[in-house]
Amino acid sequence: MKQLIAILEGIGGTLRLLVRAVAFAPTLPRQLPRFMEQCYQIGYTTLPIVSILSFFIGGVLALQAGYSMESFGAKEFIGSLVGLSMARELGPMMVAILLAGRVGSAIAAELASMKVYQEVDALVTMNIPPERILVLPRLAAVIVMMPVLTIIANLVGWFGGAIVAHSVDFIALEPEKYFETLRRFTKFEDVANGLIKAEVFGFVVVLICCSIGLNTRGGPREIGAAVTKAVVVSLILILVLDYFLTQSLL
Amino acid sequence: METCHQTRNPFSDAESPAVGVTLEHVSKNFGSLMVLKDISLTVEPGEIFVLMGPSGSGKSVLLKHIVGLELPTSGKVTVAGHDASDPATRGKVRMALVFQAGALFNSLSVYDNLALYLREHRIATEAGIREKVMRALQILSLENTARKSPSDLSGGMRKRVAIARALVQEPQLMLYDEPTSELDPVMSATISEIIATLKDEYRVTSFVVSHDRSLALSIANRVGILMGGRLLTVAPPAELRDPQDPVIADFLNPHIDVKNPRFKQLES
Repeated sequence: MKQLIAILEGIGGTLRLLVRAVAFAPTLPRQLPRFMEQCYQIGYTTLPIVSILSFFIGGVLALQAGYSMESFGAKEFIGSLVGLSMARELGPMMVAILLAGRVGSAIAAELASMKVYQEVDALVTMNIPPERILVLPRLAAVIVMMPVLTIIANLVGWFGGAIVAHSVDFIALEPEKYFETLRRFTKFEDVANGLIKAEVFGFVVVLICCSIGLNTRGGPREIGAAVTKAVVVSLILILVLDYFLTQSLL
Repeated sequence: METCHQTRNPFSDAESPAVGVTLEHVSKNFGSLMVLKDISLTVEPGEIFVLMGPSGSGKSVLLKHIVGLELPTSGKVTVAGHDASDPATRGKVRMALVFQAGALFNSLSVYDNLALYLREHRIATEAGIREKVMRALQILSLENTARKSPSDLSGGMRKRVAIARALVQEPQLMLYDEPTSELDPVMSATISEIIATLKDEYRVTSFVVSHDRSLALSIANRVGILMGGRLLTVAPPAELRDPQDPVIADFLNPHIDVKNPRFKQLES
């Protein structure tokens, strides 16, 4: 019962945080430097790892698909499989998981540390709402950067698949054929659905990590616990939301 | 009690009403632990009120109630007649709290720590902000630290930066949580002088939580003694130099007995 109450309190607190942060949206133009800094943190610093992982995910997809499809002569459809998988599912999912692990953990650690060392209390006493300068720029930045990261992840994954499909001996699929089937079966709606998912995942991850960070109480040990909790809750929510979003977007 | 109706801005000489603080039957529980027990107290506008008490007696918790960081379980706290638990009060009354550990923003330089309030509330141009920040740093002998990170400073310097950050907010009500802890005697005296000057020159109301007996007895208009969550007494410093109550006397003038049986036990 206590755990259920704690979960409901957490949901309520997170929604309250969201409402407060959104209420300060008109102040966003004044916070351009903070917004740009968060765009840099969420977008630029995450880009290398997103690219590396997407390349290899595309490659593995092509490899697995080639192994299965080669036996019944359908290897030219590898492009469609990689294209659709990356656009609809793996691109947004991978970016969201990387965001939770890399950026979400950093957000939770920073805000939890600020809370524990009374920096958040100092902001409150200075009549500077923490939601305005700590949460709003991060939410705005993730809304802008998630589609960018997801599109890059899709493109890199598609090219990763093409390179593997062409270079592995038992597949040896011409890039022209790979991209021809990719173009034929991967529609704009598929990419758009993936981008919608990515926006929802990214927004929820940053909101959850901000909420858990700002609600940390205690000492340095609780900072570590907050980071773990933020990442675990984010990953669970990504997978749960993925199911419902996939169902509603089909 | 000296009457004073206006606070003067330390940086611009503009005037605004002096503010008082009232606590009415304030109690605070953390779970089953009762930290504050039926506290009633009035701090007059322009007064220096020092709250003393042993560690864990609830002094800092009481301070947080005044700025609205904690909400009372029962009772009411008002600042200049406004409910302290209402966040809007912080927009109506300029309050500054000097935290015990400084609570400086480690991601910002010392200069930006001081400038944050002025920038966020758009109080001055960058040139005006620079003037105010450098003057506050100068008062606390911190001119050379402007570009440093708070993490590069000693505990005492961080405390002085926290006081400088409070000064630039041009407060009507200054709250200090252990302002002289971690400071050397010279800097402690400087802080005491600053608190007294803010009252004498600018009519700023000061609420000081401290263990520092000499600070309390030298600058306070009144001193409160908080023990076990109860406000035992509120009296002018003169009455507390030689208190009649043995509990208060033991707290303010502790007798150190090196022949105490407890030390003998430790030795054996």
